Amino acid sequence: MSALIAIVLRDLRVALRAGGGAGVGVIFFLSLVVIVPFAVGPDMPLLKRIGPAMLWIGALLATLLGLDRVFAADHEDGSLDQLLMSSVPLELIAAAKGFAHWLASGLPLVIVTPLLGLMLGVEPHALATVALTLLVGTPGVTFLGLAAAGLSASLPRGGLLGAVLVLPLAIPLLIFGVVTTNAAILGEGLGSPFRFLCAISLFFLVLGPIAAAAALRHVRE
Amino acid sequence: MRLRTEQLSCVRGGRSLFRDLSFELAAGEALAVTGPNGAGKTSLLRIIAGLLSPAGGRVALEDGGLPLNESCHFVSHYDGVKGALTVMENLSFFCALLGGATDGKRSVAPAAALSRLGLGALGELPAYVLSAGQKRRLALSKLLAAPRPIWLLDEPTAALDVTGKEVLLGMIGEHRARGGMVVVATHLDLELEDAREIFISNGRAV
Repeated sequence: MSALIAIVLRDLRVALRAGGGAGVGVIFFLSLVVIVPFAVGPDMPLLKRIGPAMLWIGALLATLLGLDRVFAADHEDGSLDQLLMSSVPLELIAAAKGFAHWLASGLPLVIVTPLLGLMLGVEPHALATVALTLLVGTPGVTFLGLAAAGLSASLPRGGLLGAVLVLPLAIPLLIFGVVTTNAAILGEGLGSPFRFLCAISLFFLVLGPIAAAAALRHVRE
Repeated sequence: MRLRTEQLSCVRGGRSLFRDLSFELAAGEALAVTGPNGAGKTSLLRIIAGLLSPAGGRVALEDGGLPLNESCHFVSHYDGVKGALTVMENLSFFCALLGGATDGKRSVAPAAALSRLGLGALGELPAYVLSAGQKRRLALSKLLAAPRPIWLLDEPTAALDVTGKEVLLGMIGEHRARGGMVVVATHLDLELEDAREIFISNGRAV
């Protein structure tokens, strides 16, 4: 257990210090949301309608940024060898690294979402719902991306491969996330779409580390 | 405790590196693996560490109580040191990660391990400012701070200066005196006392 905590703390420190890249996702998210109104034009009703969708697309793409480095950096500098010499199963190591990555780059997205939602004219009472759906959904995307990160660990330019592998599988999360938010805007509350979102996210939380460990074992042979 | 390899063979990138490599190492013994570049010295160490599966044969640890990857330390050119962390944070991480099995048993405090390797005053510096030799010293300090019975050292003296080499030889001597085992891959002559030797070249091990 202490080894797992040590892995989470180390990855958090590395991500949050200079050059760690934790802020890249938030800045990307911010720029995307800021340029949307310029592209769409000063049409408030339209912006209101597409606001939740834009927030979800932005958060989804921002979550993918940096995911390819989760294992590649450790593979390059030999840390992965040291991790494999510990008594912790590779699946749990992958989960710990995924959790640390989400804390450093996924959670900030959730925190800035209400603010960015205001810029897109999302109804104030729906802002909390958008943030909630992202709080539930982004860990699923991150852990889904772990599998792709494991596959591309030894490839020098694996970033795009990861995005191509992850995006199609993340579509259910996107659909149920946006549907939940739209329902909230209409005042219908959290219903079955939100439960579907939770279920899919939980599914990826379990599957991701197992798939990542299998991919890493295969890649390193 | 005995480390035994039976009929090990290794194939990398479709090329056979060595075949039918068998040896036994008892507590307190050391083995020097020599041979030209690309002969398979590192691959042999990685197979013993459990990081690489052999194409044939097996590695066994008798009376060890723990699987091989938890009994060995592997120190190589890729030292796993994160430049963004301080020297002390790097070492503490290795201790938390690798020292779990032998809690406190014969372990040296991280600060003492660092000063033994001449890094005592550098604990608070970020590791990216370290030179290649200092990074190697940091990687070697985990041998003391997170005790494990088998040390697998891949070119441990590369980038080390004369004092660093002496400290390392002293550490290896103490480790063997306590019943530890050491396998060193090197193409230089490392003056290990009464060490067994394996020379790998062109697919043959002598």
